[in-house]
Amino acid sequence: MIRERLGKELLFFDGGMGTLLQEKGLEPGELPELWNVTHPEEIRGIHRRYMEAGSDIVLTNTFGANALKFHDDSCSLEEIIKAATGHVKAAAEQCGRKNSVLTALDVGPTGKLLKPMGDLEFETAYEAFREVMILGEKAGADLIHIETMSDTYELKAAVLAAKENTSLPVFATAIFDERGKLLTGADVPAVVALLEGLRVDALGINCGMGPEQMIPVLEQLLKYTSLPVIVKPNAGLPKQRDGQTVYDVSPEDFAGVMKRIVKMGAAAVGGCCGTTPEHISEMVRSCRGIPVVPVKEKELTLVSSYGSSVFLGTGSKIIGERINPTGKKRFKQALKEHDIDYILREGIEQEERGAHILDVNVGLPDIDETAMMKEAVCGLQSVTSLPLQIDTVDPAAMEAALRLYNGKAMVNSVSGKQESMDQVFPLIARYGGVVIGLTLDEDGIPADPQGRVRIAEKIIKEAAKYGIKKKDIVIDALAMTISSEPEGAKVTLETLRRLRDETGVCTVLGVSNISFGLPGRPIVNAAFYTMAMMNGLSAGIINPASEDMMKAWYAFHALMNLDKNCERYIAKYAAAPAVSTSVPAGTGSISLQTAIEKGLKDDARMVTQSLAETGAPLDIINTELIPALNRVGDGFEKGTVFLPQLLMSAEAAKSAFAVLKDRMDSSGEVQEKRGTIVLATVKGDIHDIGKNIVKVLLENYSFDVIDLGKDVPPETVADTVVEKRIQLVGLSALMTTTVVSMEETIRLLREKAPWCRVMVGGAVLNQEYADMIGADFYGKDAMQSVHYAQQIF
Amino acid sequence: MERKIQEAIRYLGIKKGAADAGTRALVESSFQELMKEAEPKSICRIFELQELGDGAVQIGKLKIESRSLARNLKNCRRAVLFGATLGTGTDRLITRTGLKDMARAVALQACAAALLEEYCDQRQEEIGRELEKEGGYLRPRFSPGYGDFDISYQEPIMRMLDCAKQIGLSMTKGCMMTPTKSVTAVIGVSPVKERCPVQGCEACGSTGCPYRR
Repeated sequence: MIRERLGKELLFFDGGMGTLLQEKGLEPGELPELWNVTHPEEIRGIHRRYMEAGSDIVLTNTFGANALKFHDDSCSLEEIIKAATGHVKAAAEQCGRKNSVLTALDVGPTGKLLKPMGDLEFETAYEAFREVMILGEKAGADLIHIETMSDTYELKAAVLAAKENTSLPVFATAIFDERGKLLTGADVPAVVALLEGLRVDALGINCGMGPEQMIPVLEQLLKYTSLPVIVKPNAGLPKQRDGQTVYDVSPEDFAGVMKRIVKMGAAAVGGCCGTTPEHISEMVRSCRGIPVVPVKEKELTLVSSYGSSVFLGTGSKIIGERINPTGKKRFKQALKEHDIDYILREGIEQEERGAHILDVNVGLPDIDETAMMKEAVCGLQSVTSLPLQIDTVDPAAMEAALRLYNGKAMVNSVSGKQESMDQVFPLIARYGGVVIGLTLDEDGIPADPQGRVRIAEKIIKEAAKYGIKKKDIVIDALAMTISSEPEGAKVTLETLRRLRDETGVCTVLGVSNISFGLPGRPIVNAAFYTMAMMNGLSAGIINPASEDMMKAWYAFHALMNLDKNCERYIAKYAAAPAVSTSVPAGTGSISLQTAIEKGLKDDARMVTQSLAETGAPLDIINTELIPALNRVGDGFEKGTVFLPQLLMSAEAAKSAFAVLKDRMDSSGEVQEKRGTIVLATVKGDIHDIGKNIVKVLLENYSFDVIDLGKDVPPETVADTVVEKRIQLVGLSALMTTTVVSMEETIRLLREKAPWCRVMVGGAVLNQEYADMIGADFYGKDAMQSVHYAQQIF
Repeated sequence: MERKIQEAIRYLGIKKGAADAGTRALVESSFQELMKEAEPKSICRIFELQELGDGAVQIGKLKIESRSLARNLKNCRRAVLFGATLGTGTDRLITRTGLKDMARAVALQACAAALLEEYCDQRQEEIGRELEKEGGYLRPRFSPGYGDFDISYQEPIMRMLDCAKQIGLSMTKGCMMTPTKSVTAVIGVSPVKERCPVQGCEACGSTGCPYRR
C-alpha cells in the first residue's frame, strides 16, 4: 500500500521520541526501548499525539533495539519489539486512524564501528539487524525505517538484512554533516549509489542538523537519486544550555522551512531530535496539499566506496589494472605467500599515480580465490577510498566480494553468454553494482562492430529482466591485438563510437591488449588510448604507472576542454623535469652506509643501483648494509638514535635490499634467510603499529616474517606455527584488557607447539607481566626483539 | 604549531632538544598531511556529582569507584563528561602510511596524539569559559585508564554522551576506542577557583611511565 502512495502524495512522519521521553524522566544513558515495557502508557500517549498532529507514518520506539546495543536481562528483544509495534497500532486504533496510519519499525545503528576501522564483523552486524527485521515483520510492522546511519557499511548491513529476510518496504536515511558527508566519509552520491544498488524504496536524510542546514544536502540528494526522498531534520542545531542539550527552532519556523523542503522535492517529511507534536502539527498544516514533485529517473552511471564516488560518462576514467597476477611473477608469489600488504601497496601506488577505480583480480589456480578476494577487498578498503572493480570469473568469489564490499562496486564481468548472464545478473540485482558487459557470446567475438553492438543490446535487454538499468552497465568493446587482427583497432573504435552515439551506454576497454605481440608497446597503447577516448571510451583499464598512458590521458582531457583551464595538466607537467627516468646527478657524493645511517631512502636506492653494477649483492649486504644497520641499532640502544631515525634507516635499508633482491632474483642467487618468525597483535587488540615496527626491523636483519595482522585469534597463531613448524612467535598487546588474550595464545602454543619460543611486547607489558603470562622473552623495544631472534636462530 | 611539534617529538620518545633535523622535518611534514585527514569532533554534557566517600563518586546515575578520580573530583558538585575523536580518516592515514614507510607512520601516530591533546585542551578551555560565567571552575580532565579509574567506565560514559551517534566514537569488546585516536574524560566543576591546576600528565599516579613529562 505504501509503495503506491510514496512519491504520489506527500507523506508525514512523526517527530522526536527521545527528547519527549527525557522530559518524562528518561535519564541519559538509560535504554529508551525499555520504556515500551515499563511505561507503555507514556509511549502510546506520544504516538497518539503525533497521529493527532497528522503523522501518516509513525515509528516504533525501537531505535536501539538490537542485540549489540540493547542489553537488559529483564526482557527480551522480542518482547520489546512486539510491545513497541503494538503501541503504535493501539494508538492508531484509539485515534480512529487504524487504516490510515502506517507502523514503521524503527531501526537505528548498533553503536559499534565495523571492521576494518572497528572490531565489528560485517556479518555480525547483519545478524543483529536480521533478528530485529524478522521480529518487526512478525510483530506486524508495515514497513522498515532504517535511520540515523553514519556509516555506509552499517547501512548496507541493515538494508541487506531487511531486504533478505522480510518482504516489507524499506526506507533508509543517513545522518549527514554540514559538509554533506557521513561520519565515515561518504558523500551524497556515494550514499545514493549504495542505497539504490540495494534497492530501497525511499532514501534520505535525518538528524544531525536543523531543516535550514539540510537544504544543501537535499539539493544534492534530489540531483542524484531516482527514488523518493525523505527529510527529517532536528529542531535546529543542538545547543548546550544548563548542561542539557536543547533544540530551539520553533514549530512555526520549522514548518516554514519544511514547506520549502517539500516544494524542492521531498516526498516524505517529519522531524527528529527536539521536534514535538507541535512541530509536526505546524508542518502538516503548512505543507498539506502541496503537490509532490514527481521523481525523475537520473541517467547517471555511478560507482562508490565508503568514502568516495566516481561518475562515468564525462571524460574518461582510469581503472588501475595492476592488481592482477596475469603475467606477473612477483604478484603470483605474493598471492601464494599470502602477502596482502604487497597487494595493498599496488593499490596505493596506483591511487597516487592517478587511478580513479582499482580493478581487483586475485585468481590463481592453486589458491582459495574467494578467501583471498574477501581479504583483498577488505584490506584495500582500509587503505584507499577508491571504488573497486571486482574482477573474477568465479561466481562464489564475486558474490562474497560484492556482499562484503563497502559501497557500490564495479563488476568485471558478464558476457553475452546466457550462462554468464544467469550467474552474474542476480548478484547485481541483490547487491547493486555497475557491471562490465563483454561483447562476446556463445558464438565468440564478432569481427564487426554491428555484431558487438548487437551483443551489447542483448546484455542490456537481459539485464532489464532483473531490473538492472542501462546506466548500471558498461560495455567492453574488446580490444584485439593488431598483430593478429589487422582490422582490430578499427572495429573496436567503431564499436565504441556506436555504443556512445546509438546505444547510449558507457564503455570500457582493456586498452593495452591492442599491442600484444608488438615491440614498443607503450607507443601503440598510448596512441590507441587517445583514439579510444575520442570515440567515447568512458573508462580505460590501464597501468597508471605507465608514463605514456598518463600523458595521453592528461593531454586528451586538456585538448577536449574536459580539464578546466588545463589546470590538471599544468599541475602535473608544469614543474616536471624534462627527463624523469634516468638516474639524477649527484648521487655519487654519498656512501651507502651514510645513506642508511641518515635514513635517506632515495639515495640508498640509487647508490645501491650503481654499486650493484660492479659489486656482488651479497658483498654489498655484508660490507655496507649490515654494518650501517648495526651502527644505527647500537646508537638506538645507547640512546643517541631515536625511534624515527631507527625506522628511517630501516626504510632506507629496505629500499637498498629491494634493489639487491631484484638482482639476485634475476641471477638465481639466493640470500639465506635466518629463520621464519610469526608476528601477531593478539585477539581483541586493534593497535598494530608496534608489531609493524618489529616487522620492519626483523626483515632488515634477514628474517622471514609471517605477519598475521591484528585481532588474531589464538587458534590462528597456533595453527600457523604448527603447520609451518615455526620456532619463534612475537605477540603484541597494547592494553591490560588484551593481555588476557596474549596469555591465552601462549597457553595454546605451549599445548600445540611446545617447541616454539614466544616473545612479547607492547605498551602495558613489562618483565614481570611477561613472566606472569609465561612468555619466554619480553622485548622492551623493537631492537630487543631482533637480538632475541638472533639468539634463537 | 611549535608546541604540537614539541609534544609529538616527546611522544616519539625523544628527549628535549635531542631531535635532529631529519626527525623534525619528518614530524613537520607529517603534521601537514595529518591536518588534511583529521576531523576532530567532540561532545560534552554536564551532570550532577555526588561524593559518596570511600573512593566513590556518582555522576548522574553512574556510580564510579576510583580513588584517584574521587581525589581529582574532591569538592566538585558537577562534572562534565567529555568525548573527542580525530575520526576514522586519521586511522586510515596511519594504516596506509605504515605499508610504505614505518618511520612516517610512527611520526603520524605521535602527531595525532599531540593534535588530539591540543584539541581537547582547546575544547576544555571553551567549556571552562562558559562555566566560569556561572561560577564553575574546571579541574584537569581525568580519563578512564588514569590511576585506578578503570577503562571499562568508558562504556557508560560513551552511552551517557551518545558518542556513537554524536561523534562516531565507539569501543571494541576489549575497551579500545574506535577510531583509535579518541579520548573520553571526566572534568570536575569546582565552585572555587583553584590555583594553577596541574595538567593531565603530571596528575597521573603512574610515575614510572616512560612518556611522563
